Amino acid sequence: MTGIASPSPSNAVRQVPVGRLAVYGVVLLIGLALAFAPFVFPDVRAQEVAARICIFIVLVASYDLLIGYTGIVSFAHTMFFGLGAYGTAIALKSIGPTWGAVALGGGAGIAAAFVLALLIGLLSLRVKAIFFAMVTLAAASVMLVLASQLSEFTGGEDGITYQVPKLFAPATKLLTDADGKVLRIFGVQMNGRFAAYYFVFLTSFVLFMFMLRVVASPLGSVLKAIRENEMRAEAIGYRVVAYRTAVFCLAAVIAALAGVLRAVWLKYAGPDVTLSFGIMIDILLMVVIGGMGTMIGAVIGVVVMSLAQFYLKDLMEIGAHATADIPLLPDLLNPERWLLWLGVLFILLVYFFPSGIAGTLMNKGYRR
Amino acid sequence: MTSLDRFGGVYLLPVALALIALVLIGSPSSWLTLTVAGLAMGMMIFLMASGLSLIFGLMDVLNFGHSAFVSFGAFIAASVLAALGTWLTGPSPALNIIALFAAIGAATAFGAVAGWAFERIIVKPVYKDHLRQILITMGALIVAEQLILAVWGGIPVQVPRPAVLSGSVIIGDVSIEIYRIFAFLLGLAVYVALYLVLNRTRLGLLIRAGVENREMVESLGFRIDRLFIGVFMAGSALAAMGGAMWAGYQGMITPLIGNEMMILVFIVVIIGGLGSIQGSLLGAIMVGLMANYVAFLAPKMALASNMILMMAILLWRPFGLKPAVK
Repeated sequence: MTGIASPSPSNAVRQVPVGRLAVYGVVLLIGLALAFAPFVFPDVRAQEVAARICIFIVLVASYDLLIGYTGIVSFAHTMFFGLGAYGTAIALKSIGPTWGAVALGGGAGIAAAFVLALLIGLLSLRVKAIFFAMVTLAAASVMLVLASQLSEFTGGEDGITYQVPKLFAPATKLLTDADGKVLRIFGVQMNGRFAAYYFVFLTSFVLFMFMLRVVASPLGSVLKAIRENEMRAEAIGYRVVAYRTAVFCLAAVIAALAGVLRAVWLKYAGPDVTLSFGIMIDILLMVVIGGMGTMIGAVIGVVVMSLAQFYLKDLMEIGAHATADIPLLPDLLNPERWLLWLGVLFILLVYFFPSGIAGTLMNKGYRR
Repeated sequence: MTSLDRFGGVYLLPVALALIALVLIGSPSSWLTLTVAGLAMGMMIFLMASGLSLIFGLMDVLNFGHSAFVSFGAFIAASVLAALGTWLTGPSPALNIIALFAAIGAATAFGAVAGWAFERIIVKPVYKDHLRQILITMGALIVAEQLILAVWGGIPVQVPRPAVLSGSVIIGDVSIEIYRIFAFLLGLAVYVALYLVLNRTRLGLLIRAGVENREMVESLGFRIDRLFIGVFMAGSALAAMGGAMWAGYQGMITPLIGNEMMILVFIVVIIGGLGSIQGSLLGAIMVGLMANYVAFLAPKMALASNMILMMAILLWRPFGLKPAVK
């Protein structure tokens, strides 16, 4: 488990931490861009991307709590994400677009995620990491199958569409000008969409700050100790299984909260956007690209991946046209095969930069 | 030795499962059909699971990319069978069988070669680092799946079945598909072969010794890394063989076949205990039986039932029913 944590500066001469400053600068820029997204990127599609980035930052950071800080590999993170999203969606669909429904459904989803995480954790966290990875993968797959089979509740493959509370409906006027029309501030309409975006952004921000606080707390140190040497942590007197289960439950609850946000923002919940294996792979790629065990790496990973998903397809489109006469190559460069190249990139990253973008850059400022 | 062990210990579990199912199902003829189907399915899953389990036992590597070999095996077998279509559907049983074995052989050979490449390129640099192993084999799985999509396309592929193995035999009022009998026999043959190799040959002795204590075997002067490659190739080849058999059994395959089977394979390996062939067989048969019985009794519960079975067994025996000594 080398190279994932930032190196201890104890025996190193501290230089100007250029890399560290660069990472913080970039993260600050991203944060500002997200905070003022409705003003900076007025078109609807960019706002969609910004909200997705906010939600995924929370999701990926909570996953980083597991994989980067504690060294637990779980493949069930989308399951918890999906529980939050489906809980909210089902309640909004059956009760109607009220705040009570969001609270009830979201609460139920979060509670279910917590209980499930507790069960899985207590059952299988005492054995090898690899065993746990398998159990979570199996559990997540079963949940995915259940979601598509219990179609009377979940809408099956099609998912559920529903109304959200009136405050977030696009037609809602938050502020009106003298004529009774929607007020514009710097050209941005103060409508329900604006409110929904800031609901997503602020909740994500609070959750992310909470996680930063957790990893800086004594609990965070214990988690790192468990990651580095389980036996030693146990010998010092920490109950490793209890800590692991606790952090697994915490990550599950935060993932479920992110699911609630996703459901409220999208007004839709379906297997493809919450539970699917594709999302799990996205999370994995994001956390590895950004840098495991850095927390703010999550921010960079999510942004890089989201932009890559956007532009890689264009690039491949060009490549596929250019190589149209050669056999097989156009198929490989088909924009639908973008995951292939991300997979290759992922493998190379795990080989050569196991600490990801943020981790590698942050280590730069120190002399090893 | 408790009294339970004297009668076979955990090996009684599938029998108990079958008896409970007999009571619940009621009709003996449909019970028998389901049992045969379950045994056949179990044997095919065993082919896929045994490789994974052995690789883990000997090398301490859990290959999340294992299901890629299952998918590749299925698709290669389908392509070979389609290419040999006239042999396959022709009246001559000999040509039928040759075509079938050509398909299974091609899949198995590909599995072995791909396993070699996989071990060299993907797994070798990350031995002893579980976290990176899981990540990197997962990455390899993504790449392999996408390659299958690029080569064979996303549409379901029809798999022709040899004329001699289609249809069923009827005993009394029970009809049994011939392909199921074939799958069961092939799986049994592989199990016996594996058992004999592991328990009766010098190579098997080395492998078992390696599972138990790798450093000791190395210090006695054996090249354990060569054994590793051999076991990895064999495990991958078995997975591809299992995929080929499953393709013939299903008759229609999609690129998702590997993922669908992988859940069951993981459940089998967890139930059986990592690293043991007997455990894999036991787990595979239980999962196969369970899947078929529950699919008949309560269709929507089929996959969840195996999950519950796994949970129950983990509660009882956290390391599986028959784990290899570790």
